[in-house]
Amino acid sequence: MLQKIYDWIDDRIDITPIWRDIADHEVPEHVNPAHHFSAFVYCFGGLTFFVVVIQILSGMFLTMYYVPDIENAWKSVYYLQTEVAHGQIVRGMHHWGASVVIVMLLLHTLRVFFQGAYKKPRELNWMVGVLIFFVMLGLGFTGYLLPWDNKAYFATQVGLEIAEQVPFIGQELKTLLAGDATIVGAQTLTRFFAIHVFFLPGALFALLAIHFILIRRQGISGPL
Amino acid sequence: MSDEKQQVSRRQFLNYTLTGVGGFMAAGLLISPIRMAIDPVLKESSAGDMANVGLSVDDITAEPQRIDWTIDQVDGWYESEVNRAAWVYRNENDEIVAFSPVCKHLGCVVSWEGSDQHPNEYFCPCHDGRYYKDGTNVPGTPPLAPLDEYEQEVRDGMLFLGEPKPRGEA
Repeated sequence: MLQKIYDWIDDRIDITPIWRDIADHEVPEHVNPAHHFSAFVYCFGGLTFFVVVIQILSGMFLTMYYVPDIENAWKSVYYLQTEVAHGQIVRGMHHWGASVVIVMLLLHTLRVFFQGAYKKPRELNWMVGVLIFFVMLGLGFTGYLLPWDNKAYFATQVGLEIAEQVPFIGQELKTLLAGDATIVGAQTLTRFFAIHVFFLPGALFALLAIHFILIRRQGISGPL
Repeated sequence: MSDEKQQVSRRQFLNYTLTGVGGFMAAGLLISPIRMAIDPVLKESSAGDMANVGLSVDDITAEPQRIDWTIDQVDGWYESEVNRAAWVYRNENDEIVAFSPVCKHLGCVVSWEGSDQHPNEYFCPCHDGRYYKDGTNVPGTPPLAPLDEYEQEVRDGMLFLGEPKPRGEA
């Protein structure tokens, strides 16, 4: 049945070369854990991506219940946690996943660093990777505020004061982030929400696409 | 391939294994989010609380009268008072009947004798929908079903109303 549907589509638009291009490629012996167990270090990049997928999925579902408004944000999170079946699990996935992403990302970075895989001709991909790291930190920072509890509020206040320390443009940068020069409130929450669910994910997808295209173009770096 | 039994090729075996493991992981990942998303459908409705509408049964006559009251509504994390309305009268068998004023055509609000041309009928101004006094829709007008009836109860001589139900279910 599935084969028939596939054949019907393939017959018309010839999709086989498309997915072959994406999915079919050599895995060199030195990155295959079946040959050398120590090659598991090559999994960290893929694992980072896997956890990012979990973050995207769980985040999409969380927005079904969450409201970015100072009156209702905490209440909606509390409702989700206590009244909705599996709400606690889904928020747990997003909460813990956020930390796991950073851990995996660091392990991936360490592997690339200590193997010297960032060297010519792969410097560009290292730079893109660093940008992804910054975007991830931004996602973590903006997401931290959203439950609008005491920890979120004061952590954001500290974060905004750090931004204020930037030379020359600090004050403006803080206002831009918080939506107000002095208040951390309604406008801060909507801004952080927009950045967290639209702007940074958009940037993340673009950067990940570049990251992956570059890997396919340049191939995995050779054995040590 | 041998005659007596169908051999599974190495490629097929790997395909099955990978699809199986992949499917298992995807299912494990998605089961909680999906359960959370469909929660409103599976939640038991908390409705069924009867509200005192502030009308003594002695004041209910054969002439339908509109009554308004408010109920406390819990909508997820948001609690509020919402307005409810009903047309209440006593029918020829001396039973109290409370109709929801929501038209069964497209949900506008009907009024008793809302049009001068149609006395003794409920009238909906949106598309000239009409109902007889017992709530039955007038054939040939837009509504296709009789007005919903409120669940009702009389406690200490006061009228209590619950949820509007289609005729026959109240």
